[in-house]
This record gives sequence, C-alpha cells and structure tokens, in this order.
Amino acid sequence: MMLLETRNLGHSFGGLLALENLHLQVPEGALYGLIGPNGAGKTTIFNLLSGFLKPTQGDILFHGAKITGLPPEQITLLGIARTFQNIRLFGELTVLDNVLVGCQGRGRASWWQAALRFPVYLREEREYLARSRALLEEVGLAGAADDIAGQLPYGHQRRLEITRALATRPKLLLLDEPAAGLNPQETQDLMDFLRTIHREYHLTILVIEHNLRLVMGLCQHLTVLDHGLTIAAGPPAEVRRHPRVIRAYLGK
Amino acid sequence: MTTKHWLNLGVVGLLALFVWGAGRWLDEYQVRLLNNVAVFITLAVSYNLINGVCGQLHLGPNAFITLGAYTAALLTMTPAEKAANFLITPLYWPLSQISLPFPLALLAGGLVAAGAGFLTGFPVFRVRGDYLAIVTLGFGEVVRVLANNLQGLTNGPLGLKGLYPCTNLWWSWGVAVATVALITALVNSGYGRALKAIRDDETAARAMGLNTFRHLLLAYILSAFFFGVGGGLLAHLITTISPSLFTFFLTFNLLIIIVVGGLGSTTGAVLAAAFFTLAGEWLRVVEEPLEVLGLHIPGIPGMRMVLFSLLLLLVIIYFRGGLLGRREFTWAGLTRFCSRMGRHDAS
Ligand SMILES: Nc1ncnc2c1ncn2[C@@H]1O[C@H](COP(=O)(O)OP(=O)(O)O)[C@@H](O)[C@H]1O
Ligand SMILES: [Mg+2]
Repeated sequence: MMLLETRNLGHSFGGLLALENLHLQVPEGALYGLIGPNGAGKTTIFNLLSGFLKPTQGDILFHGAKITGLPPEQITLLGIARTFQNIRLFGELTVLDNVLVGCQGRGRASWWQAALRFPVYLREEREYLARSRALLEEVGLAGAADDIAGQLPYGHQRRLEITRALATRPKLLLLDEPAAGLNPQETQDLMDFLRTIHREYHLTILVIEHNLRLVMGLCQHLTVLDHGLTIAAGPPAEVRRHPRVIRAYLGK
Repeated sequence: MTTKHWLNLGVVGLLALFVWGAGRWLDEYQVRLLNNVAVFITLAVSYNLINGVCGQLHLGPNAFITLGAYTAALLTMTPAEKAANFLITPLYWPLSQISLPFPLALLAGGLVAAGAGFLTGFPVFRVRGDYLAIVTLGFGEVVRVLANNLQGLTNGPLGLKGLYPCTNLWWSWGVAVATVALITALVNSGYGRALKAIRDDETAARAMGLNTFRHLLLAYILSAFFFGVGGGLLAHLITTISPSLFTFFLTFNLLIIIVVGGLGSTTGAVLAAAFFTLAGEWLRVVEEPLEVLGLHIPGIPGMRMVLFSLLLLLVIIYFRGGLLGRREFTWAGLTRFCSRMGRHDAS
C-alpha cells in the first residue's frame, strides 16, 4: 500500500512549467529521496504536497484518498508535516513554545476556554507540555528549551524545525534540504538523527537533498528530477548508473 | 488561587479604592482626565492585540469606535432627546422609541462593532501586510462617510448632542480592568502563543496545522468588540458625538500609543495610553499664546500633535521596539528585579 501517491502531478507558474507529469509512489515506512539540480522543481513538489500551492494538473493521494487542493493546515492535521528550505522557525518564541505550537493544531479548547483557563484547556496544555518536553529530551534540545529559537546555532535550528514538525504527529515527513548549510560533522549527526526518528516514530520520510552521498546512504528509493521532469526513479544503485542522471545531474 | 492571583486581586482592590477616592476628592476636570485615561487604556490594549500581538497593521479602529459610540448613544437617549436631535431627518423606527440602560447600550455597542468585525474580517484577511493596512484604512473612511450621510440613523454631520454623561470612573475603569484582564489572559494562553507564532511566521504556523485565518479573525473581532465598548464610553464621556470625532486621526493617536509603548506589550500599551492622555492635557499650554522671557509666542493649534509625532520619530529611530519592547510586567519579574536590587545594596 502506497502512503503517498501523485498522479500526473504538474504545476506551472504563469507560463513557466515548474513540474510535469510527476508519478510518485512512496510506500509506507520508506525513506525516499528527491534529487535534482537547482530549479528542478523539488521545492515546488513539497509546496504542492503540503497544500501551499494548488496543482495546475494531476492529483495527490494520501492513504489512497485524494487530498489535492486542501489547505495546508488540513493537510498537516491529516498527517503530513514539512520543513522549509530556508528555516522558518517562530524566531521570537522560545524553543519550547515552537514545539508547543506544533502540538496544539488539533486542540479542541476554544479561545474563551483558554482565556478563562477551563479544565479542558488546562488538560490539553499539560499534555502538550509533557509531549514537547519529551520530544526536546529525545532530540537533545532539552537544555535549550527556554532559549529564543531565532538565536540558536544554525544546526540546532534545523533540528528544532524537524522536532516541531514531529510535534504535529505526522505519518509522512517532508524535509527540504535538511543538510543545507551544515558542516560534515553536523551532516553526519543529522543522518543518524533522521534514521533514529524514522525508526522511533514509524515515519515515512520524503527528503530533498543536494548532497548525493547523504541521500544515497540514507534512502531506499530515489526520484531524480530535471527541469520539472522525472528522469529516473528506483533504488539508489540503479539510479546512479542511469545515463540521463549521469548527464543531467552529475554533469559527467 | 495562587499568590499571583491574590496579588492581581490586590491591585484591583487598590484601584477600586483609588477610584472611590478620586470620585470623592478630585475635581470635575481631574475626573474627566482619569476617565479619558481608562478609555484609552481599553482602546490601546485592544489595538495592541491585533496590531502588536498578531502583527497585523490594522488601521481601522476608528471605524469600530464610531460604530460603538453611535450604537450606544442611540440606545441610551430617550425618545424625546432623539426627537430633539433629529430635526432634519427623523430617526428610523424602532430606534426612535427604544431606550436602554447604559450597561446594555455599551454591550450593544460592543456587539455591533464585533458584528462589523466579523463581516469585514473576511475581506480584510484575504490580504496581508500593506494591503491589509489599506483595506482597513478604507473601512474606517467608509464608516465615517456613512456616519456623515445616513441622516436617518446618525443625524449626519450634526451628530448627537446632549447625551447623558453616564460614563463615570467605575464604568471606565471597570471596563479597562476587564479588557486588560481578558486580553492578558488570552495572550498568555495557548491561543496567544498561536497568535505570536502567526506574527513570527504565518506560513510556518499553517504548516503546524493552525487555521491562521480563524485565529486572526477572532483577535480582530475581539478587538472590535472592545473598540465598540470604548466608543460607547467615549460618547457618554464627551456627551456630544459627530463623525469628525472619529477620523483616522484617532487611529493615528492609538498607533502612536502602542508603538511608543512597545508593539506587542500590553504593559507598554497601558503605560503609554496613560502617558499620552495626561501629556496631551499638560501640553495644551503649547497651543496657547505664551510669554517666555518677555518674548511673545502666539498659540499654534496642532502643536501638540507635532510634538507627539516628533516623539514617535525619536522612539522609532532610537528605541525600535518601543519603550518596553515586548516585555511585560509580571509578578515573577518584579520579584527577580527586587532581589537583584537587594543584592546590589548588600554588595
Ligand atoms: N513562487 C514562484 N513563482 C514563480 N516561479 C517559481 C516560484 N517558485 C518556484 N518557481 C520556479 O519554479 C522552478 C522550480 O523551483 P523549485 O521548485 O524551487 O526548485 P528546486 O527546489 O528544485 O531548486 C524554478 O524555475 C523556479 O524559478
Ligand atoms: Mg528547493
């Protein structure tokens, strides 16, 4: 059973075709990589999957049900969380608050119950707080819980963004170039981190990555894009030998 | 109840004592000033909710204040007073016959403003940033023009005269305390956390599963409600209202207050509202002819506004975050401050 499937997915910005005929099949539990040169349309795919863009063509299926055109907040609540290529934290909130915001999307207490501190609200908050603290503990950010998110070191900001996405309780996690801007040691730590959360949270992860070594080592499945077109798909060993991949992506 | 709650209650008690004393011993002018301070605290704190906490440049508070003022005024006036006011075009029935007690009229003013907030919220939050500012600014103008032209409802440019001065210190400060308490409680709750998250990065907030439209709409409606109530209080304080009282100028005053106080800080909004109301009175001197060292300076009307605008400029240049930034007064903060002072004394 495919967790995520796209059928003939495409998007054009005005006249510019950023993505065409994408047939993505992401099995449940997979670590799936999306690679391709700059401007290939990778981030556009994430924006379509997460609802920030409405496709001009095709469909998206999650758990076999159509989610095409749903707004981002609904898609998140269905179980698809994402990070952004340029980190988007709540920069002036604390690390803990960032994770708490991730928890509260499914909250039931209304604004007046929150303002008047009704038991239903207090119960929810206690649960969010416990969950957030546990998450921060697991990812190694507990010590920074009260720091302002925007002032964290870069590597920690990346990690916090992923943690915050985990707080929404996703089944599918979309990571847009999580290793961008990290040094080799941090990249290695990130790989281990991704493997850990993949296992611990029974996640399916779709990751966009520039770093070929990273993605080859991490993923069981790859899709390679160039100029909005899928030029290869399959296991890493197969894909890396593909002549069009060698030509378009590796530039050899 | 925790210590914090007892302390808050204590402050409210002290304030009640103060209001009681003020009513007894202060003269009419001073009481009027204190009423003004309270109403501006209500307005500024509500404005700060949408503008500072949510980070949406809403430029239409004057629209909601107008709606609240007219609604409340039309409801407290007696049928005879209404007949005396509406000479050119009679007031529509059944408004011409209704007369309600002041508290109900205030509530109605708030509800009408909140209703307008609900209706305008949909177009307003289709856009963001500069566009949102322009849309809300336009709404303020629309309401003013309507107030000028719907003679049968507002009595046009002549306005409403001879309202009963129902606004006393108990009402003005009671509403101010309730507004500050409710808004502070909301801002410090999970709901407020969501609003601040939206201010920091709305895209990320949506990616977290927050319905940002609904959150913003709620804050906007809530602020509209308190603008409406504040407008009702203002009307029954001044006792004469006309559309020219509620121009963008009023919004601009509120904007100065919350920017100087520190966008996003309720404490800042309260302090700045009090400061500006009082300073505005004291600075009346500069608009009157002066003799300084034998030099005669003629009065310049509008000079106060020039000074306030200068102050605004200085604050924006030298204290970008306003006087308080986003800091708030808290009891825990006070305790920390005192213990730090204590340690200084000891060393
Ligand atoms: N909002 C947008 N408006 C117009 N063009 C866009 C927009 N976003 C992306 N594009 C264009 O779409 C193409 C694919 O972009 P993107 O998906 O960001 O590539 P990648 O993430 O693979 O580097 C690029 O040519 C880019 O310029
Ligand atoms: Mg990209």
